[in-house]
Amino acid sequence: MRRGGKDGVSDRPDPDAVPETPEEASATGTLAARFALRQRSGGLIVPVLTALVAFLLGGLIVLATGHNPLLAYRDIFNGAGLNWIFHPTTSMVSTASYNLSQTLLQTTTLILTGLAVAFAFRCGMFNIGGQGQYFVGLYVANWVGVSLPHLATFPHIVLGIGAAILAGAVWAGIAGSLKAYVGAHEVITTIMLNWIAIWIGTYFFGDGGPLQNSQNATVPISNDVAASAKLPVFWGIQALQGLDVGFFIALAALVVFWALLNRTTLGYEVRAVGFNPEAAAYGGISVKKNLIRAMAISGAFAGLAGGLDMLGYLYHFATSDIPVSNIGFLGIAVALLGRNTAVGTGIAALLFGALLFGTTHGLSSNVIQPELAGNLTYMIQGLVVLFVGADVLILYVWNTRRRLRVRGVTA
Amino acid sequence: MSVGKVGITGIVAGALAFWLTLPPLATSVVALPVLLGLLAVGCGGWAMAREQKRLGWYAVVAGVLGAALGVLAVHAGRGNLGAAVVWSALIASMLVNATPLTYAAIGGLFSERSGVVNIGLEGMMLTGAFFGIWGSDVTGSWVLGLLIAITFGGLVALVYAFFAIHLRTDQIIGGTAINFLALGVTGYLFVDIYGTVGTPPLRAAQQIPDVTISQSSNFFAQAFGQLNLMVWLSFAVLAVTYVVVFRTPLGLRIRSVGEHPRAADAVGISVYKTRYAAVVLSGMLSAMGGAYLSIGFVHSFNENMTEGRGFIALAALIFGRWRPVGAFGAALLFGFSSALAQRLGTIPNWSSYAVLFQALPYVLTLIAVAGVIGRSIPPASVGRAYAKQ
Repeated sequence: MRRGGKDGVSDRPDPDAVPETPEEASATGTLAARFALRQRSGGLIVPVLTALVAFLLGGLIVLATGHNPLLAYRDIFNGAGLNWIFHPTTSMVSTASYNLSQTLLQTTTLILTGLAVAFAFRCGMFNIGGQGQYFVGLYVANWVGVSLPHLATFPHIVLGIGAAILAGAVWAGIAGSLKAYVGAHEVITTIMLNWIAIWIGTYFFGDGGPLQNSQNATVPISNDVAASAKLPVFWGIQALQGLDVGFFIALAALVVFWALLNRTTLGYEVRAVGFNPEAAAYGGISVKKNLIRAMAISGAFAGLAGGLDMLGYLYHFATSDIPVSNIGFLGIAVALLGRNTAVGTGIAALLFGALLFGTTHGLSSNVIQPELAGNLTYMIQGLVVLFVGADVLILYVWNTRRRLRVRGVTA
Repeated sequence: MSVGKVGITGIVAGALAFWLTLPPLATSVVALPVLLGLLAVGCGGWAMAREQKRLGWYAVVAGVLGAALGVLAVHAGRGNLGAAVVWSALIASMLVNATPLTYAAIGGLFSERSGVVNIGLEGMMLTGAFFGIWGSDVTGSWVLGLLIAITFGGLVALVYAFFAIHLRTDQIIGGTAINFLALGVTGYLFVDIYGTVGTPPLRAAQQIPDVTISQSSNFFAQAFGQLNLMVWLSFAVLAVTYVVVFRTPLGLRIRSVGEHPRAADAVGISVYKTRYAAVVLSGMLSAMGGAYLSIGFVHSFNENMTEGRGFIALAALIFGRWRPVGAFGAALLFGFSSALAQRLGTIPNWSSYAVLFQALPYVLTLIAVAGVIGRSIPPASVGRAYAKQ
């Protein structure tokens, strides 16, 4: 990459230096500082390589268990509707069109849960609680959607989505405040908040819970949201889970994310705190304020994901959805693979959205069973996170390349 | 009476507030738990104002919880509760629920004391659960099954250790990756090997046996008479861990590497070797907890069968302030709240509230890290990679 070569790693602080004191440690060892280093060290090549290695290793496991990985990946590609680009049509009669619309539905959620992780990263925090923030968004959107049946469509949708955003922001804001005021590590607090959200949901929507189905008290499922709260569907049919306008809201969120970070004072402060809290504080930026609002904005993205899912296509919530939902955690892989940038997150979300839908659907069991393919998604997700996190490995390879090139010039 | 004793009286009063409303006493006077709760809060406030902050907070929390639970219990009616709250059965169930947590929490203790955060406990536990039952199924012996589980748990931990120690991957990201990877690999192999029918029923030789001490109907026999071998083994592991970590040179090495790796390096302790050993050990112990679940307790395997127990173990470790006995106490407390939730779930009026007990471990840990009840302070270098000079 030309850009990476121009301002290479040599002018950065020595990556091998070990911080002596806690002060130094937070100056050089924060996630955002490491991230900045990584950003300069590999451009686009690293995430692409990471994804390729992950797919390769996943393929090896498929091969080792007696399946053909190439056929499996081809089926997943077609199952995700990505073959649509060869014969583009808006007709829903085409299987590829339908599949693609479903993939984009998953992409919508993944963009937002990815942005939730990415925004906190840019402030030097790891928001592992996207799943919990997504859940509270779902709950609140369902509650607003169900309990105000006489509202007009537009205000109802705005109210529902607004409430979901607020719920996510508050839920993550708890972790941000604890970090700012008592120094509690956000990883621990967001993990705890995830589980608290899960059990609160089990209580609210479970048997005898306050938001359980009013018609049938034996099923742990909520009521459907009112028709006025449902987002308009622009591709496909509402009854068949068509693609709703939430997709465009997610795309808009990518723009908002970029503009917020790069074109506003708030974004400047958030990034400054992420790079070096001490220096930011010295420059007159309130670290506490920024930790809290970065976490709240991060949670707002995840809450929005929950709101759009509820009003876009889920319409109701069942406690049996809880153990199978992993979309918030997938956001971690999406953000890391997308290098915490808006464009990268969008592309990574499409990749994982395709993987998520493509592995549940249209697979013939003589190639690979859907149950197996679903677990392949987790494996690839794990491998991506593992290798994306290994910046020293990447830096090492990168430096070796540079050394070789320098040697070649001087020789 | 000293300030400390007042605080303790408050805690006792809070506990009494709940206990009096439960069988066998099962008082039906609402005022009793409320008064005792108020007494507890009062004692707590008094102690807090006199430099006994931590004890004071404990007393206030005990008072509020005790009064609230007591009032609920009185309203639920004694007939229903009598059927559910059988103390001996609850204790047995608490130990069953606490045992996997204990293994994983002690595993996490070794890893974190050596300076490596282990978010991947959940994944290592799941690995142990799957390979325990697979090994037991293939070899026909639970001993070999357990050993295979420990081996694979150690291997997964070795992968994590390589990334966290040598490649200096961010430890939180690495641990998250291990959780995903374990979920995918165990799920994949489970479907590939056992298909839709699930794991086959285990013969007696393939299950970790129960230790039958007594089957009579007295309280102790009901609570401790028939517990799994792994439960007793966890007590032994706990004792050994305490001695090793705090009373041997090896433990001192592990702790020094976690507190100040450079100083440890300077006096000739290999930071890398010590951390590798501690992380691999944590994987092995977590796998034991997982194997207990699959071949000791449930006798089958399901995708993602650990269901977040690794995270509760992590919470127990933090709640127990990175100390063996503290972590064990927290595991018991969390095990008790699960046991209570399961029992209360069977009572009609209580079933929807019962799930809230499942959230208790997480709420308590959140309060603990928030520093309301004395701060939980991790080892100084935990989460920070060390580069050799």
